[in-house]
Amino acid sequence: MKQTLLSLSNLSKQFDGKTVLDSLDLDILDGEFITLLGPSGCGKTTLLRLMAGFEHPDGGTITLASQDLTHTPPEHRPLNTVFQNYALFPHMSVFDNVAYGLKMEKRPKEEIRERVQEALAMVQLQDFARRKPHQLSGGQQQRVAIARAVVKRPRMLLLDEPLSALDYKLRRTMQVELKRLQRELGITFVFVTHDQEEALSMSDRVAVMKDGEIQQLGTPREVYERPANLFTARFVGETNLFPGLVEKTNGDDTVTVDVFGLKRTFAKPDFPLRDGQSLHVLLRPEDIRVLSPEASDGVSGKVVERNYKGSTLDSVIHLDDGTEVLASEFFDEDDPAFDYRLGEPVRVSWVDGWEWLLPEEASPVGEETNVDA
Amino acid sequence: MRSALQQPFKTAVLVLVWGWLLFLVFTPNLLVVGASVMTRDPGSFISLPITLDAYRQLLNPLYLDVFLHSLYMASMTTLVCLVIGYPFAWALSKVPRQRQVLLIFLLIVPFWTNSLVRTYALKLMLATNGLLNNALMSLGLIEEPLKLLYSEGAVIIGLVYLLLPFMILPLYSVFEDLREDLLRASHDLGAGHFATFVHVIVPLTLPGVLAGVMLVLLPAMGLFFVPDILGGSRNLLVGNVIKNQFLDARNWPFGAAASIVLTLTMAFLMFAHRLSKRRIGEEGA
Repeated sequence: MKQTLLSLSNLSKQFDGKTVLDSLDLDILDGEFITLLGPSGCGKTTLLRLMAGFEHPDGGTITLASQDLTHTPPEHRPLNTVFQNYALFPHMSVFDNVAYGLKMEKRPKEEIRERVQEALAMVQLQDFARRKPHQLSGGQQQRVAIARAVVKRPRMLLLDEPLSALDYKLRRTMQVELKRLQRELGITFVFVTHDQEEALSMSDRVAVMKDGEIQQLGTPREVYERPANLFTARFVGETNLFPGLVEKTNGDDTVTVDVFGLKRTFAKPDFPLRDGQSLHVLLRPEDIRVLSPEASDGVSGKVVERNYKGSTLDSVIHLDDGTEVLASEFFDEDDPAFDYRLGEPVRVSWVDGWEWLLPEEASPVGEETNVDA
Repeated sequence: MRSALQQPFKTAVLVLVWGWLLFLVFTPNLLVVGASVMTRDPGSFISLPITLDAYRQLLNPLYLDVFLHSLYMASMTTLVCLVIGYPFAWALSKVPRQRQVLLIFLLIVPFWTNSLVRTYALKLMLATNGLLNNALMSLGLIEEPLKLLYSEGAVIIGLVYLLLPFMILPLYSVFEDLREDLLRASHDLGAGHFATFVHVIVPLTLPGVLAGVMLVLLPAMGLFFVPDILGGSRNLLVGNVIKNQFLDARNWPFGAAASIVLTLTMAFLMFAHRLSKRRIGEEGA
């Protein structure tokens, strides 16, 4: 079992009377890659800044390996930050940028040179030591920023949307590279992003945030397959939410639910249920099975949109009652020409046991936050 | 067709710009250079033969003294402007946007009054029986009036008063461009406030410092009416020398040579300014 490295307890922060973080608790484990995921304004960057020491909490404590850091200035915290826009010193060469932190520690010249070169080699920039930041591409500047932060051998690396300024392809490369670095260095990474795909593919654990509160903390698989609430369900990945009505709770820890008139039996969820209660049945697009109109199972509807995605065929199906269903199907080796016509009648079903139940929430998710993937 | 319409306009603009530079900048300067290497002539101001006498005359200890004293007063002015202007500009860049606009406006308001008039106003304030002395005496801080006027100090006060905005404005602009995340990065990497100031803030604001120095130091050596009004006979600026040579002594070559030396000083400072900007990568790669 991994040990807690950084412990945030009861943290609160307000700006101009507006609450940004509200008594937040989070334990970050030693050596893990944890991502703070959420839409802009959810408090994830503020949280990172509190860890770095750029902001001070209005309440609560920050403890690193049993040492209280709450009021320690950033220069005395054993953490380093990779900034969103890299924040390289424009008047210094790449070498001097990376050496800056070691010079502040007053390390001997020889040691500084060795460690800077080692750090630059790690990000494959050893030949660029004499360049100025403005002579480098965005991706190279990003690597310098990473080298500058890890050269101090911090206990923890804080990354504030470090890839958001890069184009898609470079971003994928840097994602892989960051994972490799984290494995090699064995440092704890705290990664802030609004990109759920990035969060799922890189993290050991994801903390989904909204309105200054952590909505769910779990592995990428837990967050995706078993979202704690409607916000997480909708924010992480594409989602079909079907209205369900509890027919009856069975003795064998199962429950029978009416979905579009279909009677399905699910494992009992971990929230209290009573008969006749309505709830949400969550199905990811890849859980959906599109059947021919003659099939005996499923709900009837028709295809209103089809998108060829290379490896999958994504379609939008309107059920007869108007409900919109997103489906994502892999191409079948036996049927390479597999496709839909618009308006084609189909029946929609799903793989039994892949659905996830969520209770109805008091305030309907009207103000849901749409975020680009 | 498009180019036919655009061409005359483009030509007109270019002619205007080049004409302006040629007749109002290049030619007068060339005339000054020309005059500086001619011989003094009581009748027609200048005449042949060509000689470097005027420059040789500048090396005369008397004028060297005036030049050095002038440089000293201008340097003190610049230093005082920098010491006041640097923190002022820094603070200015930190206040909320709306108040910034108001403060810059207040900084510029004095320009609406002629600087000669403002210098006379300053004279009234510094006079033996003036506002400052009366205020200090009624506060009981001094027994008898201080002799402020007609001193080196009075000239420097006058120059600082007139030139301070020229120091503050370029500094304000570099502080505006100073990115908060660079300061955060410096702290993050273990630098305290002093180290951050020395290693990050100073180098990044250096172009503004040099621009401010350029805009204060050189005019400070030339504003001849300030010593005329506040300085008495012993606190002359190079500007007074130039003015006297042209208007009183009628020695145009010498006045021109003194003026060239000032121009060269300015050129050197501009060169240094360019170098400092290139260092932080604002120009060319």
